[in-house]
Amino acid sequence: MDIFLWVIVPYLCLATFVVGHFWRYRYDKFGWTTRSSQLYEDKMLRIGSPLFHFGMLGVVGGHVIGLLIPISWTEAVNINDHMYHYAAVGGGLAAGIAATVGMVILIYRRRTVGPVFSATTTMDKVMYLFLGVAIFFGMWNTIAGSIFTLGGEYNYREGVSVWYRSFLAFQPDASLMAEAPIGFKAHALVAFALFALWPFTRLVHVFSAPVGYLTRPYIVYRSRDQKLGSHRPRQGWDSLSK
Amino acid sequence: MRVMAQMAMVMNLDKCIGCHTCSVTCKQAWTNRTGTEYVWFNNVETRPGQGYPRRYEDQEEWKGGWELNKRGRLKLKAGGRLKKLATIFSNPKMPSIQDYYEPWTYDYSTLTDAPAQQHTPVARPKSLLTGKNMKVKWSSNWDDNLGGSAATLKLDPMLKKIADKVKFEFEQTFMFYLPRICEHCLNPSCAASCPSGAIYKREEDGIVLVDQDRCRGWRMCVSGCPYKKVYFNHKTGKAEKCTFCFPRIEVGLPTVCAETCVGRLRYIGLILYDADRVLEAASIEDEHLLYEAQRSLLLDPNDPEVIAAAERDGIPHDWLESAKRSPIHALINTYKVALPLHPEYRTMPMVWYIPPLSPVVDVVKDTGYDAEDTTNLFAAIDALRIPVEYLAELFTAGDVEPVNKVLKKLAAMRSYMRDINMGREPDGSIPASVDMTEEEMYDMYRLLAIAKYEDRYVIPPAHAEQAHSLEEIGTDCDVAKYGGGQQDYFGEGSGAQTPLAVENFQMLKDRQTSDSMASPDDKESRVNLLNWDGKGAPTGLFPPRTEAADGPDGPAETADLR
Repeated sequence: MDIFLWVIVPYLCLATFVVGHFWRYRYDKFGWTTRSSQLYEDKMLRIGSPLFHFGMLGVVGGHVIGLLIPISWTEAVNINDHMYHYAAVGGGLAAGIAATVGMVILIYRRRTVGPVFSATTTMDKVMYLFLGVAIFFGMWNTIAGSIFTLGGEYNYREGVSVWYRSFLAFQPDASLMAEAPIGFKAHALVAFALFALWPFTRLVHVFSAPVGYLTRPYIVYRSRDQKLGSHRPRQGWDSLSK
Repeated sequence: MRVMAQMAMVMNLDKCIGCHTCSVTCKQAWTNRTGTEYVWFNNVETRPGQGYPRRYEDQEEWKGGWELNKRGRLKLKAGGRLKKLATIFSNPKMPSIQDYYEPWTYDYSTLTDAPAQQHTPVARPKSLLTGKNMKVKWSSNWDDNLGGSAATLKLDPMLKKIADKVKFEFEQTFMFYLPRICEHCLNPSCAASCPSGAIYKREEDGIVLVDQDRCRGWRMCVSGCPYKKVYFNHKTGKAEKCTFCFPRIEVGLPTVCAETCVGRLRYIGLILYDADRVLEAASIEDEHLLYEAQRSLLLDPNDPEVIAAAERDGIPHDWLESAKRSPIHALINTYKVALPLHPEYRTMPMVWYIPPLSPVVDVVKDTGYDAEDTTNLFAAIDALRIPVEYLAELFTAGDVEPVNKVLKKLAAMRSYMRDINMGREPDGSIPASVDMTEEEMYDMYRLLAIAKYEDRYVIPPAHAEQAHSLEEIGTDCDVAKYGGGQQDYFGEGSGAQTPLAVENFQMLKDRQTSDSMASPDDKESRVNLLNWDGKGAPTGLFPPRTEAADGPDGPAETADLR
């Protein structure tokens, strides 16, 4: 059972995530968009959307630090567990609350504003469910687990994080997850389900974050699309390198 | 000098009757889809009026286009790259659907499905966004022909700049139509605002397009364009804009709006411009000089130096020839009667307008004076400060001098041509008073008033120089089998193209060898039903019966009919 939950399922989800994105990009570039609903409604979006998105950026950053950086690295720069714990809980709480409040506003908006509700797809609803549950368990782990230490103290940096790194290194150690508290298990499983859904939802827009805008020239010039029309004009010569 | 070609348009506003045919045909051709109900690539606004979307010209509110920063350098009015990315989750300057209008349809089925009842059934308006009943409050042409202007006229951002006391007078004397499409700017701020780099300017003809596969729906182009001519398709989540009907332009046809224009007021042609100097011209500090700066970017296609540079920069010979005959070049640079719309946005727009003289003519006519006399018209242009100032707000960033000059040229043409049409001796002093020769004046008259189809539209088809590689001529080497050619791997598009000649050969062979109905044996004896008058049954109307199917009296029946 542990092997199934912490080896097979995660890798299946990861494979769906990778292959799904490849497939979607190859066959549905036209559908690859944020599907913004700002045109319909602005007042609630103006507050909710930045709260949620900036909160999520913080959350993702926190996960990268928490999951990928081993304890030995932080100790090497003289950050002890105690200090780390305060920073992580503080930062995580702030980002988590921002994301949660933002998401509540956005879901309320989605349900109550007529045009926005009409434009909501089934996939959106499924995605919201999984994202909401994942955030809920994440917050639960932070507040109940790390602050009030319900169900005993658990240092995820010695359990979940190690397992996650072993998972990424393709040498998964399922026993580490099997020992984790139920909250972490639930959070991880829901998150993996979300990863599997990811390529088939509007979440794909995360991967088109336009960082290239900072460096490209303002005006883009492009030649006429050579593929227009029934025939591609042939180049009429062969390049030397072939 | 780096010569680039640009497909451009000029509209002669004197001839616009506000019939909206351009808008309707454009919509039928391009935006009659779900998600683009409110999208008008072409719209016709009544001026004075708010325009579409409402008050789009108020850049202090919408922050579209470019401005100069403190150091005199050009920057996007809505903020640079970092600010764009920081506000990407909620674009602060994005117009809402209410600034356009909520699209609707009518519940037509009630009209036919309703049960018998005392009152006539009514088709109620239903929102196309929610499907629910709605109250129609505004639309793309709600203030058409100054309708409701008592309530809305004060909202015209351009009128705001003119002193309050003249507003009433203005309303009494002045109204004209302004058809608008995308400006296909030389310095497009929509393209500069696009975080994904999906909006591009085509190198060959300068048409600005949105790559639908690259657009990610960040919405910055909508707010970046000062003319509000990039729209957000709320169904696909992608930006869409006027395409200058590029599939038509590529084969030498005018755009749909131009082709169907009832007043024949649109002109399409090529102009050549110096791409190296665009930034410099857009950065000129004094807004009043922007019109001249933009005009000076456009190169003279008859100048040998320009021709040499154009050839060096790969502009095909037939395009150069078209540029020489271009009505756009003539109207902008030779006769200098066309003006850009809002040069102060610094995007270097490429759809220009000939301002309307007719309101001035109407005023003179109403006062009982001869409305085709230069002296009267010139005096009226000078005296009627309000219309000229309003036009200047639209076309020259408020500088009345260029507008005055254009209107006087049009007035002079009117008087000069009247003498000719009345069979009188033409008065050479009239063209001279606006610095034109008699010949120039007559040529301008031909272009503006006669406006033959082939004079209005001088559009060189794209890729004429590639004709040698077309299938049927086939004078180049086939590289498909060496790794060139077709790129798709699956489905219908996979494999190499079958040359047309081979397809024809195969079809011919099929026809010659098949037993099918395509060429039956008894073809000669059959009756062409299209020529049959319905009387009697001529020979061959029915196929001959086979022995097995015939009853004892079968053949006799057919014989009786005859």
